[in-house]
Amino acid sequence: MKKVITGNQAVAYGVILSRVEVVSAYPITPQTTIVEELSELIANGRLNTRFLKVESEHSAMAALIGASTVGVRCFTATSSHGLAYMHEMLHWASGARLPIVMVNVNRAIGPPWNIWSDQSDSLSQRDTGWIQLYCENNQEVLDTILQAYRIAEIVRLPVMVVLDAFVLSHTSEPVDIPSMEEVDRFLPPFCPSYPFEPEEPKAYSVITTPEYFFEFRYKIQKAMEEVSEVSRKVEDEFYVHFKRRYGAIERYGGEKADLLLLTSGTVTSTSRLVVKKLIEQGINVAGVKIKRFRPFPAKEISEAIKGAEKLAVIDRNLSPGVGGIFAQELRAALYPGEEKPVIFGFISGLGGRDITPELIEEAIHYALSHSQPEEEILWLGLKK
Amino acid sequence: MKKIPIPIEENLGRGHLACAGCGAAIGMRLVLKALGERVVMVFPASCWSIIPGFWPYSSFRVTAIHAGFVTGGATASGIRAALDVKGDDETLVVVWGGDGGTFDIGLQALSGAAERNEDFIYICNDNEGYMNTGTQRSSATPLMAWTTTTPVAQPKENPKKDIMAIMADHQIPYAATATIAYPEDLLRKMEKAKGIRGTRFIHLLSPCPPGWRIPSEICVKISRLAVRSRVFPLYEIEKGRIYTLQEEKRVVPVKEYLKLQGRFGHLSNSQIEEIQRRVDESWDRLQRKARC
Repeated sequence: MKKVITGNQAVAYGVILSRVEVVSAYPITPQTTIVEELSELIANGRLNTRFLKVESEHSAMAALIGASTVGVRCFTATSSHGLAYMHEMLHWASGARLPIVMVNVNRAIGPPWNIWSDQSDSLSQRDTGWIQLYCENNQEVLDTILQAYRIAEIVRLPVMVVLDAFVLSHTSEPVDIPSMEEVDRFLPPFCPSYPFEPEEPKAYSVITTPEYFFEFRYKIQKAMEEVSEVSRKVEDEFYVHFKRRYGAIERYGGEKADLLLLTSGTVTSTSRLVVKKLIEQGINVAGVKIKRFRPFPAKEISEAIKGAEKLAVIDRNLSPGVGGIFAQELRAALYPGEEKPVIFGFISGLGGRDITPELIEEAIHYALSHSQPEEEILWLGLKK
Repeated sequence: MKKIPIPIEENLGRGHLACAGCGAAIGMRLVLKALGERVVMVFPASCWSIIPGFWPYSSFRVTAIHAGFVTGGATASGIRAALDVKGDDETLVVVWGGDGGTFDIGLQALSGAAERNEDFIYICNDNEGYMNTGTQRSSATPLMAWTTTTPVAQPKENPKKDIMAIMADHQIPYAATATIAYPEDLLRKMEKAKGIRGTRFIHLLSPCPPGWRIPSEICVKISRLAVRSRVFPLYEIEKGRIYTLQEEKRVVPVKEYLKLQGRFGHLSNSQIEEIQRRVDESWDRLQRKARC
C-alpha cells in the first residue's frame, strides 16, 4: 500500500511492522512525532507492545538494555542532545551485545541552540560499537528499520538508523508500506542465541579482570567484521520480498568518471540531480552514496572508486581540529590501498543550512579545476 | 508480632568479596532468603559490582544483572516490561542500589520509575557514603560525619537527605525502613512488599566497618543502636500517607550510637547535643505523620 508519509511516520510504520515488543522513549525535537505516532499506534492495541514513557534519554536506553537482556525486540528514537545524554548506555548496549535498534534524527548539538539537520550528533557516537546506517529517503527509512533488526539479531550488535532532521523527518513522500504478512515472511520473531531463563540463574554484564576483558572487545570487532557479509545476505532476501536494494554504498552517474562526489543522507538526493545535469553538459563525474558509516565500508568504497583521480566529500558535520568525519574516515580507509585519489574535504550545511544544488555544483567545479585542495578543509557556503 | 521463620536456603554463596563484618552481606543474605529463587536482581554500580565476584565466577544463586550506576529504576522498568510481554508474571524484579545510586546519581531514574509506579521492589542498601570508592560523602552521609571528602577539619555540613519522604511523596504503594539487627522485621517487610504490585521501596541501613570506622564485629549492634537511638527509626508508609511507626521501648541517647563510630570521633558535646536535637525533631515529625 502506497501512502504519502513523513520520515518520522515511516519510522513508526517500520517499528510496528517489525513487531517491536518494548519501546522506551523521551521526546526531543525533531524526533517527537515518532514517539507520538508510536503512542497512537500502540494505544490502538494493534500489537502486544509495551511503551515506557521514561523521564530521560539515558533511562530510555537503560530500559531497553534491561528489556533486550530478557530477549524481546526493542526500539527507541532520539536526536542531538538526547543521543549525547545516552552516550554511556550506547557503550553498554554494544558491550552487552544487545540487538537494540534506535533511530537518530540528525540534529545539531548546541550551543548555539539549533534544532536543524547536522550529523555531528550521531557521528560523535562512532566509537560506541553501534552499526550506523544513514538514509536518503522515507522509503529507505522504513526498509532500513526492517533490515536493521535482521542484522542486529544475527551479529548481536545494536543498530542506529539515521535520518536528516526536517528534510526527511517532517517531509512527506510516497512510501510503499508492506503488509504485516509480507514483513513477517522477511523478519521472523526475535529468537535470542542465549535465552533468558530466570529459573537458570546467570550473571549479566558483571565485572571481569584484564584476564578476560580484552577478548570481549575482540569479539565485538569480529562481529563488526561480519556486518558487510550479513547485510548483503539480508538485503538479498529483502530484495526477493520487496524488490528494493540499497547496499552499504551506491555508485551512480558516469561509469568512468575521474571525479567522484561522496555524500550521505539527503544530500545524496540533491547530488544525484547535480551529477545528472553535469553529465548532460559533458562533464565526466559520478557520485557515491555512503549509507553505512559503521562498520565503515572500506572495501566497498575502494572497489567503487577504482580509476577515479579525485574524490570530493561533502560532510554535514565537523570534528573541530580535524574537519569532516566522512572525509577523515575515507582517508584512513584508502591509505592501505594502491589507489590514492586526491581528496577534497568540503564542510557544508552545518546547523541545517541548505546544501543547494548550486553549492554542490560549486564543490564539483572546485575539485575539477584544482589539482590539490588549497586547504585541508574546504568550506562550502560559509559566510566569510 | 507474628514470628517469621527465616528460610534455611542460601542464595548468596560462599566466596563473595565483602569486607569482614559487612552489614550489606548480612542484609543481602536475608533479602535473598525472603525473595526466593524466581527473582531477577538488578545491581546498579555499587559495592555489589565487586562483592559477588569476578566473571566467570559469581556467588549469586539467582539471576543477577549488573546495570549502569544511574539506571536502577530504568533498567528494572525495562526488564519488567519485557517479562510482562513474555507473559512471565511469576518472576520478581528487584533492584539493589547503594545510597549513591539511590539518593544521588540514580534518583532521577528511580523517581521516573516510581512516578510510573513500575512493578518492582527497590532496595536501597544505605551505608551512608561512597564506600566502594573509599568513603566519600554522599547525600546520605549524616550531618557532621567524617568521610574522605568531608575531613575532620570540615565535616559534613548538611543533614542526610530524607529519601523515605521523597519516595512517599511519589505515592508508591509501599515503603519501609529496615535493618539487619531485626531480621524477622526485615523478612516480614520483604514478604509484605512481595504481596503488593507497583513500586515498593525498602530503605535498608547497612553499617560499613571500614567507612564508619567501627570494629567488624559490631555491625548488628550498631544497627540496633541506630534504631534505639531513633537515628534510624523502623516504620512503614503505605500509599505515601499511612505511616506505621514501630515504637522502640529501650530508647538510648544518640551519643550511645555515635560514640562507637570513628567517623563521629571528632564531635564535641555541643555537636552531639545538636544531633540529638535534630533526631528528636525528626521523630516528632514522624509521629505527627503517623497520627494523621
